[in-house]
Amino acid sequence: MATMTSAAAMNSLYAARRRRNAIMMTLAVGATLLGLGWLVVILGELVYQGFAGLSLAVFTEMTPPPGADGGLLNPIIGSLILTVLAVAIGTPIGMLAGTYMAEYGRHDRLSTVVRFINDILLSAPSIVVGLFIYEVMVAPMGHFSGLAGAVALAVIVIPVVVRTTEDMLMLVPDQLREAAASIGMPRAITIIRVCYRAAKAGMITGVLLAIARISGETAPLLFTALNNQFWSTNLNAPMASLPTVIFQFALSPYKDWQKLAWTGALIITFTVLALSIVARALASSRKSP
Amino acid sequence: MGPAGRPSVVDVAFPSGAGVIPDASSRAKAIQRLRLGDIAFRFLTKTAAIGVLIILGGVLFSLIEGSLPALQAFGIDFLLEQRWNPVTEKFGALAPIYGTLVTSLIAMAIAVPIGLLIAMFLTELCPMWLRRPIGIAIELLAGIPSIIYGIWGLFVFAPFLQDTLQPFLIATFGNIPVLSSLFAGPPYGIGVLTAGLILAIMVLPFITSISRDVFDAVPPVLKEAAYGVGCTTWEVVRNVVLPYTRVGVIGGIMLGLGRALGETMAVTFVIGNAHKISASILAPGTTISATIANEFTEAVGDLYTSSLIALGLILFVITFIVLAAARYMLLRIERRIG
Repeated sequence: MATMTSAAAMNSLYAARRRRNAIMMTLAVGATLLGLGWLVVILGELVYQGFAGLSLAVFTEMTPPPGADGGLLNPIIGSLILTVLAVAIGTPIGMLAGTYMAEYGRHDRLSTVVRFINDILLSAPSIVVGLFIYEVMVAPMGHFSGLAGAVALAVIVIPVVVRTTEDMLMLVPDQLREAAASIGMPRAITIIRVCYRAAKAGMITGVLLAIARISGETAPLLFTALNNQFWSTNLNAPMASLPTVIFQFALSPYKDWQKLAWTGALIITFTVLALSIVARALASSRKSP
Repeated sequence: MGPAGRPSVVDVAFPSGAGVIPDASSRAKAIQRLRLGDIAFRFLTKTAAIGVLIILGGVLFSLIEGSLPALQAFGIDFLLEQRWNPVTEKFGALAPIYGTLVTSLIAMAIAVPIGLLIAMFLTELCPMWLRRPIGIAIELLAGIPSIIYGIWGLFVFAPFLQDTLQPFLIATFGNIPVLSSLFAGPPYGIGVLTAGLILAIMVLPFITSISRDVFDAVPPVLKEAAYGVGCTTWEVVRNVVLPYTRVGVIGGIMLGLGRALGETMAVTFVIGNAHKISASILAPGTTISATIANEFTEAVGDLYTSSLIALGLILFVITFIVLAAARYMLLRIERRIG
């Protein structure tokens, strides 16, 4: 039998362990509340500041000179053009590359290397992409252009689409491929007619995530598409986009420009959040059955 | 499997004859055509895969080519000098490199413990029905574009720090020898510390979600055994979960670090863009990406532009190494689990 003192020592040791556990668990709850708190604070401020400037004029008028009224029509249209173009360029390349990795060369060396490089490109600093496109497009052409901006965004789209395409094709059961092969279906037709169709929801998710990713990108546009105060849909000329206009307006000393910047920020954030929530819902509805 | 009305495989293979057995030569022709299509498609996908490598090679090559003039003009001094003078065309990258490292260090010092605590909450404490919503909410933080953090940091967070945290730090550490210089100077609001804090919020979701995923991958039997001998939750996490997932957690941290190093817009708004190294983390500074974002379009002269591209090259090399190490570690833990 233990003596009274060692029993007391045991008890105090136990109490210390319990106490330490309670402290760490409290910290864990606190950290989670802090993390959620940031989200609430940031979104709350955005809604508060952004709604104040939200009106029909925002969607129907051009960006104003300082001191005048105006809207964000040209940057909204510019952002739409750049995004659509970037997705149109980046998605096919990304899908084909992902297809190679999942279907043809699942274990070969090329796929292993591409997978590794692609994962790095996925989180590479986007400003470096801007410099790259400046070097290969803007400098040789001699001027900034919407096209260069779209290509810069496409370079960001590609790794996202490669990754999701590969992951989703990997989830397609091999029995489907074997069944197709057993009735004499060529590989290419199996991939297009069977695998793509089975992985459709996941691949759309990938594209949505890519759109969400690029619609807020500013750094790669700063020295490719630049910015444009006026209405322009000319791909060969500088083009306005929401992120660059926010950057310019927020850092300006003019109150009405700052207000428009907040409104633009609200529009972008809710577009991005809506896209990522839809993408998530799509992905999880695919998983459940 | 397709809806009615779509051509079946047979129709694709033999478009002419539905139900009619074609003669041998047209059959051979059709098979030949399919084989060619197969080869073409394979070639197309392989080209696209190689295209990903070409993008990386292109980035590296164009950055090296663009930065050659600056590197030739300044040599190794480019990395060691603090001067940044567009008028005399003397450039050194030390101040931006220092700013990049210090802001990332502050960010990681804050985001790593908080991220791990949240991951612990999500895997050990949180009731099942709350796990998904909280996990998604934290991941939404990662979805908010960085320019939003920038505008919020500039108009809301920096003034808030100027009124609260910064005067407090100056008053508290003002008389302690080393710390007084670390927290010296007037509270500007913007500065190195503010940039570090914003970065911490931005990388938090990356660290949280990867840590949660690797924590979830710990075999339940290990944890149950530890609980069975009377361990508290903290002891299970400290002595079973963390040692088991160490490589994965470090990988997640490195991934977050890679993000923090390259983050541009949020930092550009709040760092103050001052080309000098201050002992105080309350003072304005600059980072590599903020310098490029602020000055590139206004850079006059080849040497100025080239110096900025050289900064981009340094950033790319640093983040490449960090991200490659992160991916390597995550691959290792994936292999162990899978």
